[in-house]
Amino acid sequence: MSTLIDERSRTGPDPEGAIAPPARSSASRPRRGALARAWSKAAPPLAAVVVLVSLWQIAAWASPMRDDLFPGPGAVLATAGRVVGDGTLPSAAATSLWRGLSGFAVALVIATPLALALAHAPWLRRAVGPLVSALQVLPSVAWVPAAIIVFGLTDATIYAVILLGAIPSIVNGLLAGIDMIPGQYRALSHVLGARRLQHILLVELPAALPGYVSGLRQGWAFSWRSLMAAELIAVGGSLGLGVGSLLQRGRDLADLGLVALIILVILAIGIVVELLVFAPWERRLLAGRGLSPKGADA
Amino acid sequence: MSVELSETTLRYGDGPVVLDGLTESIQPGEFVALLGASGCGKSSLLNVLAGLLEPTGGSVEVPDDGAAFMFQDPTLLPWLTAQDNVELALRLAGVPRAERSGRARELIDLVQLGHARTKKPHEMSGGMRQRVALARALAQRRRLLLMDEPFAALDAITRDMLHEELRAIWQRTGMTIVFVTHNVREAIRLAGRILVLSSHPGRVIDTRTITDDFRADPARAAALAAELTDVLRKEQFKHEHLDR
Ligand SMILES: Nc1ncnc2c1ncn2[C@@H]1O[C@H](COP(=O)(O)OP(=O)(O)OP(=O)(O)O)[C@@H](O)[C@H]1O
Ligand SMILES: [Mg+2]
Repeated sequence: MSTLIDERSRTGPDPEGAIAPPARSSASRPRRGALARAWSKAAPPLAAVVVLVSLWQIAAWASPMRDDLFPGPGAVLATAGRVVGDGTLPSAAATSLWRGLSGFAVALVIATPLALALAHAPWLRRAVGPLVSALQVLPSVAWVPAAIIVFGLTDATIYAVILLGAIPSIVNGLLAGIDMIPGQYRALSHVLGARRLQHILLVELPAALPGYVSGLRQGWAFSWRSLMAAELIAVGGSLGLGVGSLLQRGRDLADLGLVALIILVILAIGIVVELLVFAPWERRLLAGRGLSPKGADA
Repeated sequence: MSVELSETTLRYGDGPVVLDGLTESIQPGEFVALLGASGCGKSSLLNVLAGLLEPTGGSVEVPDDGAAFMFQDPTLLPWLTAQDNVELALRLAGVPRAERSGRARELIDLVQLGHARTKKPHEMSGGMRQRVALARALAQRRRLLLMDEPFAALDAITRDMLHEELRAIWQRTGMTIVFVTHNVREAIRLAGRILVLSSHPGRVIDTRTITDDFRADPARAAALAAELTDVLRKEQFKHEHLDR
């Protein structure tokens, strides 16, 4: 009886005390299990990679084909040692990564106001919206010959192809994000006396951010793909050597080991940017709004 | 400047008439409660007063600085903390940057949420969110305050406290308040005048003026509560039969 009263009088006057414990425990839980959880997340894909590489090695041993026609993991590793050692691969990777990221940044700067304009001018959206969606479907490699004719073998060609590939998906992502904003926010802005620009900057853009980020994520994937297509086809002239150009060189030399290596590098760069930039950004964004699905990181 | 409704009619598209020729005048500094069954058009009426909906017929006059509005649903911005949600309203009301933080603090304290200042909406309970919405509505400092069931999700003790605060703010500022509630006793406790709305179509079917003397007399207040409850019950009963 007396303990009951004690309990109540202790928690009663301090509402913070009643609210703090769950927050504290949820903050300490991920720290304690972080390593274990990272491991349990990384283990299955790692195992899959190990199995695949082993199968590859076994197939290479068992295969009657010549080694240069069917290189095993060991041969590819040797090629990697060679092109990393002479600096070709690092400089090509840096060139491509720079083109990809700077092209993506320019796409972002163009696509964002474009999407806002489309969202706020219904007639413009009716006119241009279908075109943007159509562009998103068109493989950007289709632009390469035209870009070469217009810009020649220069960086402009590469950037033109990246922009044409990335802009439509960023525009559509932001538009989708804006379309999903609850109508009540507009009423709120009206009631709070927001001017149009204030509504856009303070309410609409932050509200559309989750859709925007997934558009950016897709935009990055498109940038990277377009870049590889452009580098593969547009070689020579004043163009620096990118990863895609190395792929072309591997083909010219009939060096399957080099080709396999470059495919792996292209894949790896795409995945690393995704894992280091977009996945954490999206997760933090959603968690900040209480939107992260509960089982997401289990 | 008062609120003037004259023959105000509202329909959503080709739907049934929601508000049917409302003619009503609300004086500056009045505290008016709207009572009525669910779906009778109370929120719609507030939306018309806030300028969010154009009436289909008749006219509406409101103060030209618009109205502060506390929505039925709190509509907090999920990426902002309690404090920042209130500060946003201050910012949009043109309050200088240097004053915003302090004023938002005062308002958050006023609604008893000092301990939850830095919480985001998803970390708050329904009642806490409603109180942030109340603080935000007060931050707007308009002469007309529209409130749509502001205290529906609160426990009795917090509600009592906020009733006192709201009366005090109303007396201090002299603002006009139009207040929607389902709670007859809440209406009697707060308002100077109660309008009872019928539904399908919405018309004012009963008007009561409540003086402070009246409020101070528990027996008379209780009798009025019983009477108004009866009016509402009859209205609802009529509908249950019409709907079938
Ligand atoms: N956007 C809309 N489009 C069509 N009909 C609507 C819309 N909003 C409300 N209505 C209709 O108008 C009528 C009045 O709705 P309103 O929200 O004003 O009722 P209310 O009195 O506020 O009810 P409650 O007490 O449940 O909040 C209802 O019949 C509803 O179906
Ligand atoms: Mg309502």
